[in-house]
Amino acid sequence: MDRPLRLITASPVDQLARTVEALLVVASQPLTVDELVEASADERERVELALGLLRERYSEGRSGIVLEQVAGGWAFRASREAAEACGRLFERPIQRSLSQASMETLAIVAYLGPCTRPDIARVRGVAADSAVANLVERGLIAEAGREDGAGGAVRYRVTPLFERVFGLESLAALPRLDELGGDVGEIRDRLVAVAERRPA
Amino acid sequence: MIVRELELDLDAFEGPFDLLLTLVLREELDLAEVDVAGIVVRFIERLAERERLDLEACGEFLVLVAALLELKARGLFEEDADLADLEPEEAAEELARRLEDYRRMKEAAAWLSERLADERDRFFRLGPAPLAPRPERKLAPQDAAALATALRALAAEPPQVSLAHMALRFPPVTQFVERFRALLRRRSRFDFDAELGGLSRVEIAVAFLALLDLRRANEIELEQAAPFAPIRVSRVAPDGGRQSKTDVERGEPWTVRSA
Repeated sequence: MDRPLRLITASPVDQLARTVEALLVVASQPLTVDELVEASADERERVELALGLLRERYSEGRSGIVLEQVAGGWAFRASREAAEACGRLFERPIQRSLSQASMETLAIVAYLGPCTRPDIARVRGVAADSAVANLVERGLIAEAGREDGAGGAVRYRVTPLFERVFGLESLAALPRLDELGGDVGEIRDRLVAVAERRPA
Repeated sequence: MIVRELELDLDAFEGPFDLLLTLVLREELDLAEVDVAGIVVRFIERLAERERLDLEACGEFLVLVAALLELKARGLFEEDADLADLEPEEAAEELARRLEDYRRMKEAAAWLSERLADERDRFFRLGPAPLAPRPERKLAPQDAAALATALRALAAEPPQVSLAHMALRFPPVTQFVERFRALLRRRSRFDFDAELGGLSRVEIAVAFLALLDLRRANEIELEQAAPFAPIRVSRVAPDGGRQSKTDVERGEPWTVRSA
């Protein structure tokens, strides 16, 4: 039986969707719309239309493969209902056992990057060397040039892998920094309260 | 000793240590004007009055004074700002601002941790996937003749290294084999060491090899009372074994190169 899938009919956009689908299945990292436009040698608008079709077909509950918009591009992933089976077969070394120091360092690089190790140490109050090395090894942050001047410190920024691991469409999906944390007055009050509770 | 009840008499403050801390944290007292060394001296004086060293009080005091010094240092030496322009209030403000920055980052880290937990059922493929075909390595145009010359230079046999200086000359083993056989035809036994007196070390070694060859051929018997004692060599009784000359008599003069 040669009947094509429902999605794939004779319409040219469907044909383009098949091409885009093929490109996405070969890629092991998210592809941007620009890359898809270039590879399929088609118009941007039509590629976006094709992506819309594919997203509908490859969605949670409809398919074991899900098309998601992540890390500035489009990528396939396993559906969440298959997670248990995936977990039995596949390791996830990047996400495994990230320490509190690593998470804080990651947050600082994500929000303030590109930033240097001294920058990170200034915020955290302790040296960040081992946390930075650990995150670089995992591929969550990467070098992004050096500070100006001779012997300037190496700057770091988060990688697309960071966005992918955390399921972020882009860094803009992070909560706004001014929505986090309390105000200065509250911190001061807490300092006083701690001092008053301090046992003899 | 109760550290917080430590009575202080400083220029800027008079009263218990505890009150000083509270006033500093409430910013009712300017830490920049507090003589921290004076507090330390007062504490040590109080400590000296007691017979036993109060380690618990020392520890507590150390923590408190360290915190106080840090607060003061941060206030006095704010890195980025112009120190001369920084009022103590501004220093305190700066410290609070930094604490706030850190707290924000802590919360951001908590948000990320939560996010990671939410995303634990998201599996995706990972791996390096070159997006574009690898660019070809471009070499500058090469002259075929020059390449051939370079290749020829590489293909040439290196000159043979002479090992002549490493050669050691040995007398042939057969020389000693014959000598010992002749000796044993005249005498039934002889003393190895006495027989070889005056020979060089290498010659003695070769003579010993000859001895071993003869023993293997079952032509002689060897005796040694103790390690390093003289080696007695004696003839095997005529019916004690057949002489086998295959191993010992194929010796032309030979040379061994030492390793």
